[in-house]
Amino acid sequence: MASKVIHALYIDDDILMDAVKKVRSEHYHIEEVYTPFPVHGLDKAMGLPHTRLAITAFMYGCVGLTVAITMMNFIMIKDWPQDIGGKPSFSYLENLPAFVPIMFELTVFFAAHLMVITFYMRSKLWPFKEAENPDVRTTDDHFLMEVDATNKNVDQLTELLSDTGAVEIKVIDKEEDNH
Amino acid sequence: MYTLSNRLRLFSIVLMVIGLIGLIVGFGQRPGSIQEVKEMMAAHDAHGGGHGDSHAISDDHAKNTHGTETHGASEDAHGGDAHYEHVLHQLQNKPWAALYVAAFFFFMIALGVLAFYAIQFAAQAGWSPVLFRVMEAITAYLVPGGIILFVILGLSGFHINHLFVWADPEVVAHDKLIQGKAGWLNGTGFIIRAIIFLGGWMTYRHFAVKYSRLQDEDATGNKWYKKSFKISAAFLVFFIYTESMASWDWIMSFDPHWFSTLFGWYVFASLFVSGITTIALITIYLKSKGYLDFVNNSHIHDLAKFMFGISIFWTYLWFSQFMLIWYSNIPEEVTYFITRIEDYKLPFFGMLAMNFIFPLLVLMNSDFKRVNWFVVMAGIVILCGHYIDVFNMVMPATVGTSWFIGISEISAVLLFLGLFLFVVFRALTKAPLLAKGNPYIEESKHFHY
Repeated sequence: MASKVIHALYIDDDILMDAVKKVRSEHYHIEEVYTPFPVHGLDKAMGLPHTRLAITAFMYGCVGLTVAITMMNFIMIKDWPQDIGGKPSFSYLENLPAFVPIMFELTVFFAAHLMVITFYMRSKLWPFKEAENPDVRTTDDHFLMEVDATNKNVDQLTELLSDTGAVEIKVIDKEEDNH
Repeated sequence: MYTLSNRLRLFSIVLMVIGLIGLIVGFGQRPGSIQEVKEMMAAHDAHGGGHGDSHAISDDHAKNTHGTETHGASEDAHGGDAHYEHVLHQLQNKPWAALYVAAFFFFMIALGVLAFYAIQFAAQAGWSPVLFRVMEAITAYLVPGGIILFVILGLSGFHINHLFVWADPEVVAHDKLIQGKAGWLNGTGFIIRAIIFLGGWMTYRHFAVKYSRLQDEDATGNKWYKKSFKISAAFLVFFIYTESMASWDWIMSFDPHWFSTLFGWYVFASLFVSGITTIALITIYLKSKGYLDFVNNSHIHDLAKFMFGISIFWTYLWFSQFMLIWYSNIPEEVTYFITRIEDYKLPFFGMLAMNFIFPLLVLMNSDFKRVNWFVVMAGIVILCGHYIDVFNMVMPATVGTSWFIGISEISAVLLFLGLFLFVVFRALTKAPLLAKGNPYIEESKHFHY
């Protein structure tokens, strides 16, 4: 089934924000907004659900902490205890202060790296992937709002968009398979 | 305009009166002689149990703290009077130390807010101007709090009380290490430095508030705002040096043999997080009374983020100080933590739970930072935790093993809490609650996260 979208271009993030709110209040569906930089509050204005990345970060951090504790307990306490600075390593708890920096670092390491990887997978990004960007100007100084126009009055929508301050409006017919 | 309700005024005055009476009782209960100490200790069975313990370290302590008479006698003093003499001095110090901890704690809140306020100007922050009047009101406590602190410091620096051992000429005469530091640690220098530090901070506070009010009256060209910006930047440079030196003078010198190079930062983190927490608590209180309708939950969210972040920063500094000293295990350094872990186990580790683990878990979730009662709960725990932090820094060197949270400690807190509330809320009535002349005030009103 062919679908129809309208690409509206803006040149200012504040105008874009107001436009997003206006378009949503008129009950049109915004499929995506392409911006050259992160626009603060845009996700809320678009009504996107809250990111769950923070939850994964917490879980990855817990994994990192566990790995650090298990690893050091095996290396420093069980497998090869050593006398370092007069502190014999026969007890993990008594030598805890020495292990805290590594516990902290591995928590951060796991949380950060796994979170980035999760983010890439979730956003379907990988090296050499061709950009899905519909207009190269959104990588420079333009903001593009993609509004669903299937089964909608295109003229009315175009008028609404130009009222919101769009500098350029294009109607795009696209096949479902190349979406 | 905010008007101070009679109930709040009465409440703060009642706190001050109860605190003052309690303190007088606390000072009155000080034992006057060794005989009284013996009677008190005989009455305390529980204390008798820990007798041997406290005696073991009393030799070490005698050198550090009250070497005056105990010094010669301590060798043959097992069971003799030297130990009681020692306890006598500690108990005589106790109300003074309690007064000092509370005076410093509330002063450091005002100072932390002042630094935070200056940073807002120097950074030209756009989110915070709606909170400026709250911050200005809290810093109003800097003047009375600073004067009280100065009087106590003066009394201690010239050995009217026994808070600072380096102020005792008898001790210094037998102590090579303190003699080596006498060029810095002496009553006169101590007082001169205190005048410079307190005077500098109060001067900045005076002009910053003055310019902020003038900017409201005449905002053309942002003339007063630009002046505020300049003096704030200059103040921050002055502040970070003087705060560091003040922390050596006013806290680190309780243990004159011991030193830590990041102590200034550590105290800074403590006063900064206490100050920010107080801003959040007072803002939430005023909002609950129907004032500050221009403050939205994004502002609270940002304050809570600072509470969370600076709590972790505090822990980072605490741990950095602790771990290096624990690891290297050099006697003259590690004695600081051995005293605290052996004699102050509960406050020492309890403070870590209150200042780190509790805010970490409670304030980690983004949504919780916008829920007022979560912020209030975390804030109260953080403030109590940092009181205990100051307690841990001051008490081991002044009252040693004879510590307990008694009538003097609670009364001193009530006294200064009452004074703090009275001064801060009275200052709030002096100006409109919105700094309307600030060039960022519109941005701040519309701030949302």
